[in-house]
Amino acid sequence: MAVNESFVGRTYPPTEPFHVGREAVRDFAAAVGAGSPLHRDLAAAQDAGYRDLVAPPTFAIIPAQRSDAQFVADPDAGVDYSRVVHGEQRFVHHRPIVAGDELRGVLTIDSVRSGGGHTMVTMRTDLLDPDDQPVATSHSTIVIRGEEQA
Amino acid sequence: MRVKSHTEVTVGEELTARTLHVDRATLVHYAGASGDRNVIHWDEQTARAVGLPDVIAHGMWTMGAAIEAVTDWVGDPARVLEYRTRFTRPVVVPHDGGADVEVTAVVTSVDPDTRQSVVELTASSAGQKVLGRCTARVQLD
Repeated sequence: MAVNESFVGRTYPPTEPFHVGREAVRDFAAAVGAGSPLHRDLAAAQDAGYRDLVAPPTFAIIPAQRSDAQFVADPDAGVDYSRVVHGEQRFVHHRPIVAGDELRGVLTIDSVRSGGGHTMVTMRTDLLDPDDQPVATSHSTIVIRGEEQA
Repeated sequence: MRVKSHTEVTVGEELTARTLHVDRATLVHYAGASGDRNVIHWDEQTARAVGLPDVIAHGMWTMGAAIEAVTDWVGDPARVLEYRTRFTRPVVVPHDGGADVEVTAVVTSVDPDTRQSVVELTASSAGQKVLGRCTARVQLD
């Protein structure tokens, strides 16, 4: 099965909003061992100048992967999910993500490259607030490992 | 809480190294918290069936846990403006004893105009590099 290269350059309509909840921020911080009180103590976050609890630096992967799933899970895209590994990840934060944010993801397929029997797909998700202002951008490269040769 | 000033930072400065411990319970917690419930991160029969040596950690767990070296140093996790890595090798997490990930970080640039700094991280497990070209750009005071 080959990845459908005609998807390159395609931009999807915005996803439904992802609501950033306080408990989700606290739980994610605990899962990655993020010790800052800004992730769990509302008074500490507000004293530091933030509207609400601050999300850890990689929290954006949650709404980003939901956005990226529009491509990965699309049967027409031709991605065999059982052969997918995460190759590269990059986040650019335009402003901090805090609890209470409503984030919609706009997915663009930046590239599909083949080499060495593998296919690499780079997806970009721009996370936007309700006023369409950019909050964070996720660049994910997945590698679809080729079938072993007999 | 105090954020580090750019005047206190020098190129070549080494941040405090740390050892992250990961076991199956860590991965189940991360699977739930992140929504990435791929079975290869908690079930060894499935992991082996797709050619892996054992259960492997989510790359995103390793990336998310490693940045603590930087956020702890800068003093505010919201000061991470950009963070990127390649996933060069999986962190293999055996049932018994789990695994350790060794993280080091060094300052590679400081810009007095923007007050931004770039930190390069390394992460290895079982003697092998698991993150490659891993850098974070942070906003200092």
